[in-house]
Amino acid sequence: MTTANPILTATGLTKEFRGFVAVKNVNLSIAEGSIHALIGPNGAGKTTVFNLLTKFLEPSSGRIHYRGQDITRTRPAEVARLGLVRSFQISAVFPHLTVLDNVRVALQRPMGLATQFWRSARVLDTLDDRAEELLEAVNLKSFLHVPAAEISYGRKRALEIATTLALDPALLLLDEPMAGMGHEDIDRIAALIRRIARNRTVVMVEHNLSVVADLCDRVTVLQRGEVLAEGSYAEVSGDPRVREAYMGTEHA
Amino acid sequence: MAGVTDTAAESRPPGLARLGFWMALVALALLVVAPFAIYPVFLMKILCFALFACAFNLLVGYVGLLSFGHAAFFGGAAYFTAHSVKVWGLTPEIGLLIGVAGAAGLGLVVGFLAIRRQGIYFSMITLALSQMFFFVCLQAPFTHGEDGIQGVPRGRLFGIVSLDDPLAMYFTVLVIFVAGVLAIWRIVNSPFGNILKAIRENEPRAISLGYRVDRYKLGAFVMSAALAGLAGGTKALVFQLATLTDVQWQMSGEVILMTLLGGIGTMAGPVVGAALVVTLQNYLSAVGIPVNVLIGAIFIVCVLLFRRGIVGEAVHLLSRRAR
Repeated sequence: MTTANPILTATGLTKEFRGFVAVKNVNLSIAEGSIHALIGPNGAGKTTVFNLLTKFLEPSSGRIHYRGQDITRTRPAEVARLGLVRSFQISAVFPHLTVLDNVRVALQRPMGLATQFWRSARVLDTLDDRAEELLEAVNLKSFLHVPAAEISYGRKRALEIATTLALDPALLLLDEPMAGMGHEDIDRIAALIRRIARNRTVVMVEHNLSVVADLCDRVTVLQRGEVLAEGSYAEVSGDPRVREAYMGTEHA
Repeated sequence: MAGVTDTAAESRPPGLARLGFWMALVALALLVVAPFAIYPVFLMKILCFALFACAFNLLVGYVGLLSFGHAAFFGGAAYFTAHSVKVWGLTPEIGLLIGVAGAAGLGLVVGFLAIRRQGIYFSMITLALSQMFFFVCLQAPFTHGEDGIQGVPRGRLFGIVSLDDPLAMYFTVLVIFVAGVLAIWRIVNSPFGNILKAIRENEPRAISLGYRVDRYKLGAFVMSAALAGLAGGTKALVFQLATLTDVQWQMSGEVILMTLLGGIGTMAGPVVGAALVVTLQNYLSAVGIPVNVLIGAIFIVCVLLFRRGIVGEAVHLLSRRAR
């Protein structure tokens, strides 16, 4: 399943920061249509790998291929245009824009309404139907005209997912989508991720292992910047090395 | 720079937008009758600096980029317009177009180099490049060095209306000012302006949504430079003069001061700030109080007590009351 039809592959991915090796020779293969988790103790390099895959960091060495195309030197905005869209660990909304405007910003580019400086912003009203549809899917329809800064943390995460989905990405990378959330929010977002993964691939960094066990088809465990184990959740959680890595920090 | 620039960025209740519209109409009506009561050259000076500050605010207020080199576009355009009108004998409107095009070209070069860096580094690159341009102006023969280009003819607008008539000149400047401000208003409230705001709010997120933010920043930079050039070219026609004063770094500082005093990120703020600073300069130079000391003191009070600027604070108070 892993290598059958990979949408994203990384080979020998390494990142050094002034002599400190944050990520060392990581090989990854993300199967199309799967939900793939990156887990590991704090400081294992999960977010660094994530930033490398989405091109927000340049790798020191190694290659990244997306659908067979080498994207190792591609710039982040171009990667997003190819259909590989990420979220951020700290909620990434446009705080002073309303909830509706947040989604409209994402819709502007695909709709060709981003560079027109001579037209009234009212032309963006044509995006409202689609934006409201996306917000309905994450239960934010009643917050359309509230500034994003004023909604709760869980809802900001939901808004971020709605904004990301506005681009209809083939590959979605979610950086700790459940971080800092209460139980109800976690269940809601987990259901949402399962729903959106029906016709796309999802890679997620996640600390909450019960979420990972529940959602993910495949799990890669990182430790000190290296791949420690890979497999289904059941295989990985049975691995004594993984248990050791997590000992004292989190349950496994 | 984020801390400086996102002060007046709150979303505003719609009632306030309507109030702003009516106040703009009243202000326009006042500007139409003003030259019959107040010395027109003084008013024209205010209008030129107000347009300059508005152009600067387009960049700092709506994209969050603090340029410390806008004097190059303002003063550069003044030279280009003055030269093409005086030496080439072109009509004033063509002279202004050349000034605007020259400023836009300079903006393209400066912006292209500066937007590669963030925050204070961006500001320092704009300062360094504008100082290089200052040196060019000091040395190039066509600017006449310390003397500047003097005795610039105002000429006939479209070859018909003589701008030597103070009122004709005044209303030409007023039309240019209104057109410039409307252009800025349109840019800010356009699909493009919406992306600029998104970039100011959260640049990494805008990138992750597939926006090539450098191009948007450069576009805004060139537009801001061109409009600053429109203000500079107009000033050269009004005063029939283009000198080194307008390309000096102090001028870049002055426009920051005007915008900050009036309110960054508001449409009316830069106009109010420019009117205040120009008025103070005019009156104080007659009284004999050192202008810079007083303006410096006002600046400190402004930063300490009302950081949103005059208009920014007013908008903030009104929108709080409206909720």
